Amino acid sequence: MAITEDAPPGADLDRPAPPRSRLSSPRVLVLVLLLAVLAQSPIRGLLGAPAMQSWMTVFVAVTVQALPFLVLGVLLSAAIAVFVPASFFARALPRRPALAVPVAGVAGAVLPGCECASVPVAGALVRRGVTPAAALAFLLSAPAINPVVLTATAVAFPGHPEMVLARFAASLLVACAMGWLWQRRGRTDWLRPPAHGAHEGAGKGEAFWDAVRHDVMHAGGFLVLGATAAATLKAAVPADWLRTAAGTPVVSVLALAVLAVLLSICSEADAFVAASLTQFSPTAKLVFLVVGPMIDLKLFAMQAGTFGRAFALRFAPATFALAVTGAVLTGTVLL
Amino acid sequence: MNRQAQAAVLFLLGAALLHAGATDLYLRYVKAGLRPFLLASGAVLIAAAVATAWYERRRAGRPRPGHAHPEPRVSWLLLLPLLALILIAPPALGSYSALRTGTALQKPYAYGPLPAGDPVPLSVVDYASRAAYGHGRSLHGRPVRVTGFLALDRAGRPYLVRMALNCCAADAQPVKIALTGELPPVLRPDAWLEVTGTYSPRLTRDPVNNGPVPYLRVTATRPVPAPRDPYDETWNT
Repeated sequence: MAITEDAPPGADLDRPAPPRSRLSSPRVLVLVLLLAVLAQSPIRGLLGAPAMQSWMTVFVAVTVQALPFLVLGVLLSAAIAVFVPASFFARALPRRPALAVPVAGVAGAVLPGCECASVPVAGALVRRGVTPAAALAFLLSAPAINPVVLTATAVAFPGHPEMVLARFAASLLVACAMGWLWQRRGRTDWLRPPAHGAHEGAGKGEAFWDAVRHDVMHAGGFLVLGATAAATLKAAVPADWLRTAAGTPVVSVLALAVLAVLLSICSEADAFVAASLTQFSPTAKLVFLVVGPMIDLKLFAMQAGTFGRAFALRFAPATFALAVTGAVLTGTVLL
Repeated sequence: MNRQAQAAVLFLLGAALLHAGATDLYLRYVKAGLRPFLLASGAVLIAAAVATAWYERRRAGRPRPGHAHPEPRVSWLLLLPLLALILIAPPALGSYSALRTGTALQKPYAYGPLPAGDPVPLSVVDYASRAAYGHGRSLHGRPVRVTGFLALDRAGRPYLVRMALNCCAADAQPVKIALTGELPPVLRPDAWLEVTGTYSPRLTRDPVNNGPVPYLRVTATRPVPAPRDPYDETWNT
């Protein structure tokens, strides 16, 4: 799959199209699909082992579960990019970034869904001129503090409303802290310049569908990458090391933080998994609930795709450290 | 990938989601409640494919405004779930995952009234929690009928398992009942069984997470086809 570009970089647009290389991408696509159909039974045979089968089931499950939310986020982000004028955000958000951060963080509560939806929306906000610090606060808070996720948390921890409160407070706190940190320390050259081509000369409908196509192909590819990693780690990490880790407080907090990153569970479902980790302290469970929606393998791949690798490599460790700290602090006060 | 190829991938992906949502295939991977979302997103993807192809046709011959930037190679990865879903359609999680994961049984807040019937039809989760936490008192000594799939641990001990699911198969967790008594001579892992039996006070611990695994004294078994929804989704409600 080496030759996938449309045209060589230097090709002039007004010149008649250069003679196509023989392996244009539609042909590669047809070839791949044909080969896959023809080699169907040997492939099935290869994947027949139980370990491979459960790997595949988890891989398909993560992808299928996340795609509807990705599509929702992509539709929203395309609508923001095409139909909402940039002046709207200038009026809606406070001019001072230090104030825009908490406002954007709280605004995260209106995006129902999980983290797959928030990445493309945050990308569209940045392209729409929203200060990155505020867009990042939105990116981090939206998957954790929306009503769908908080309701799921309340259902998973019946009789413990303080868990819902702690999750809300810790997630908002960490999201705002990351926004402010970005505002003080972040550099715009870490962010990849907006990848969308300008839409001049195109109607709104065309621009909308072009944005949808681009984001699905782009973020979808990274989603698949993340799903691959998550399925592999779920198959490879032995489950009984958790039992050993639950014994000491510091280790148990770190263990659940790392587990949240590795498992990459959708934020609508992670509360149920946290509730089932009965050996762990409530604070450790809170860490799991705060870290997971902010940074995991799937999200890291998608952030690297949307904002660039230089950004993701700096943003992810800082988010992880702040999320663990914020969750432990909140847990000490509230739980 | 150029735009025609992208339109084709979007179309196939949308069609695969529609296919999974229209049949019971999706129940192997995600919770039943996601169905409308799957169908809607499949329709959106197909619309995006049609729109892409249509605008590309209209644009044919005219230069594209701005620069045409090709999509990154990572888009090709979208073919993987597509092929996995259409060609292979991996089965729902079974005994392999069940034995690697600890039982997810948790103490219930109350026991509902027993359903009518003799033997009493109970889910794996319902029997396990009544047996493990209520010492079987809420069963009133009545025989029960439970359906699940078989899993055999390394020593060959049989368990009746149902995977409980909250959102998708990545978060599925097993609830296990250990079987004793009259078992069929040949036990095949992953085979679905309807087991009739009575409460046994014996209790063992799951080697993975030390969770409780109650026993069931089996009096009769009957092989049954896999249910429409292989997962127990009662925790969703």
